[in-house]
Amino acid sequence: MNRPVLVLAFVAGFLIASCGSKPDPNTYREGSIADVSGFLSAVTSDSASHEAAGYVFNGLVRYDRNLKLEGDLARSWDVSPDGLRITFHLREGVKWHDGAPFTADDVLFTYKKMIDPKTPTPYGEDFKQVKSVESPDPRTVVVTYEKTFAPALASWGMHILPKHLLEKYDDIAKSPLNREHPVGTGPYRFVEWKSGSKVVFEANPDYYEGKPGIPRVIVRVIPDQATQFLELKSGGLDFMTLTPLQYARQTDTVDFRKKFNRYRYPSMGYTYLGLNLSNPIFSDRRIRQAIATAIDRKQIIQGVLFGLGQEATGPYLPGTWVYNPDVKRFPYDPAKSKAMLAEAGWKDADGDGVLEKDGKKFAFTVLTNAGNESRAKVAAIIQQNLAAVGVKMEIRTLEWAAFINDFVDKKKFDALILGWSITPDPDQFDIWSSTKTGPKELNHVGFKNAEVDRLLEAGRRTFDQAARKKAYDRIQEILAEEQPLVFLYVPEALPAVQVRFKGIEPAPAGISWNFIKWRIKEGAEGKSALTH
Amino acid sequence: MLRYILRRVLLMPVMLLGISVISFGVMHLAPGGPVSLASDLNPKVTAEARARLNAYYGLDKPLHVQYVNWLSRVGRFDFGDSFAPDGRKVWHKIRERIPVTLSINLLSEAIIFLVAVPLGLYAALRRGSFFDRASTVGVFVGFAMPGFWLALLLMILFGVKLGWLPISGLVSLEYDSLSFAGKMGDRARHLVLPVFVGAFSGLAGLSRFMRSNMLETIRQDYIATARAKGLSERVVLWRHAMRNALLPVITILGLSVPGLLGGSVIMESIFAIPGLGQLFFQGVMSRDYPLILAELVLTAFLTLLGNLLADVGYAVADPRIRTGN
Repeated sequence: MNRPVLVLAFVAGFLIASCGSKPDPNTYREGSIADVSGFLSAVTSDSASHEAAGYVFNGLVRYDRNLKLEGDLARSWDVSPDGLRITFHLREGVKWHDGAPFTADDVLFTYKKMIDPKTPTPYGEDFKQVKSVESPDPRTVVVTYEKTFAPALASWGMHILPKHLLEKYDDIAKSPLNREHPVGTGPYRFVEWKSGSKVVFEANPDYYEGKPGIPRVIVRVIPDQATQFLELKSGGLDFMTLTPLQYARQTDTVDFRKKFNRYRYPSMGYTYLGLNLSNPIFSDRRIRQAIATAIDRKQIIQGVLFGLGQEATGPYLPGTWVYNPDVKRFPYDPAKSKAMLAEAGWKDADGDGVLEKDGKKFAFTVLTNAGNESRAKVAAIIQQNLAAVGVKMEIRTLEWAAFINDFVDKKKFDALILGWSITPDPDQFDIWSSTKTGPKELNHVGFKNAEVDRLLEAGRRTFDQAARKKAYDRIQEILAEEQPLVFLYVPEALPAVQVRFKGIEPAPAGISWNFIKWRIKEGAEGKSALTH
Repeated sequence: MLRYILRRVLLMPVMLLGISVISFGVMHLAPGGPVSLASDLNPKVTAEARARLNAYYGLDKPLHVQYVNWLSRVGRFDFGDSFAPDGRKVWHKIRERIPVTLSINLLSEAIIFLVAVPLGLYAALRRGSFFDRASTVGVFVGFAMPGFWLALLLMILFGVKLGWLPISGLVSLEYDSLSFAGKMGDRARHLVLPVFVGAFSGLAGLSRFMRSNMLETIRQDYIATARAKGLSERVVLWRHAMRNALLPVITILGLSVPGLLGGSVIMESIFAIPGLGQLFFQGVMSRDYPLILAELVLTAFLTLLGNLLADVGYAVADPRIRTGN
């Protein structure tokens, strides 16, 4: 009867003894929630793919540590005084990973592909504004626009495609460069992609800024954040983005701090409570201000983010050049909120705790998407805050596609909790313009303000940063006053990086902006390795 | 018998067609489409770009045209290209994941059968004993415990605290540099936790089924007759009782055929296993219609095949059914 036990013991012994060799300390292993779907970022729309593509490809311009545009494949650029022409001066001696030289032809080719109807790209719009693209010589590209369009400059951050490898494909999405073997100009060369499990890159020794400090990068696809965290702790990952809960409660230990450095900085986005302005209750600005005053943002940040966030006062990132801190704020004050509501005619006449006006109760439903735990918690806190001032709010969570298609696009909502990401370029025409309130357009709360419309137009029609700042400062003042969205908070990004990586410099752009300058600490190798 | 099988086989394409029509319809009823999910709330995507993408995927045509197009392709055994940006052939995407899901499910199923059948039989023979009660509690704990929770607990214990087993994935990152034996060991080590968690939760059904079957069988008259004839208890139990108690297992085996390729989304996500369950889930979340349809047709085919095999197998094993027809 002992034989099965022996066999079991043998198998177990074999399994334990055959432990994998130590992980290579020269490899940077990062966790990704989702698999890559392709490497040509022109035709992909998910962040996992865009991040992976960022190792392999470059654009003409990129954002620096302070989220200002700087030259990438373009050494520099000039804008003509009327703002209609941008001249890019390309960098010398840049080579594709297969050794072919990078020239202005590649830029022209990329432009043609972006406006080609056969290219399944969602990002063609910025390039359709272009009147012509010419290259007087192989190191210069001149782009002419019909109208001055300031956000256009940032659109040239689009990854430049290798003409010599792609010109024989009608549809670049179906080329091997998108699927099997991307070839770019970037700091890392593609090695392999194992669908659903990992993508491997190795440092490009000929990179124009010099060979990156970390020889090998592996992106591991681990869809579950709890699993990622266990992999991190056991030495299977060197980088992951922590959840606020993990940051605040599970990593503040001596053991964890010995193995990982944690960083925190504002992430590029904000969460808001949007009020449907075509609803007669919310069309009254005093009501919107009263709701803003009734909401305890500090409690939300504490309860939802464990304090790892800051109050949002408008649609821009605090600390960036465009951010205007001197706007009207609505500090939490339930008594004042009640007074404001009373002034607008809302009183609790029948004493049931809910306000009425003209026989109608102040009750509405807020929608948010299912599966986003933070938003569900935000909704619960707001519900409580509003109940305290006599406003009854119901919460309804919906699957994402149904939420967008059946409710947001059809304007079938009173209020919603959603987030916007913040782009480094301040042009937010699509979100605030009165011309963008139709279905599938982004001004879904229906905000219409003639002065904002004018300023949005002014802001995108000049390259002069001081002039743009003036326009956007005023827009922020108006938005704060009007509260078409009740701005709630900017959460923080919370990455953890293994201590053997040095040279990390947190900046407004985060930590990865200087990734190629990171290096591996001498002698620290193997410390992080599995202990068995 | 042959005619029965033939009729069943001939009915299969008709059933498949019906299933594909319903699947196609339901899939398009779900709100949102591949283009809208990839571009909703993105300020850089204009209505024109959306229309262009819809045309690119052939989604601008009326539904019945889309269905006929799809069907004519499938008739040539072509499931089309995925709507994911990689645009790969759907069949290639599925094919590369079949071995992963199949091997894990086969191992789990094998363990379930090897453990649950004896467990159930033994519990039936010792009804009311300590073993019976303990195994009942044990298998129900496995059944009731959320698999993802058990998985996380085991990962913490064996992966983080003890460091004996890998936490996730199918192979280590250093897999390619290992020797052949090392590779085998590495694969085996990665399979331990997912297979165990999968098997543990599945023990309850089969073992309880076996137990009640056996209990019912040994109450039958022919068992009493066998005993009365003076046969030894051994012969009574193993030759007469068990063979009959095992018969319904054929049905269960048949029903488990589609499950062999139906990976569990939750398990595959927790263990970061690139299997069919995850593929299907991603397909549904991004409304990758060709992929969803291909997986649905595949599952439907396996279900029909499993039912057929179960019926045929039952008929072969049980003379009453064979001759009764």
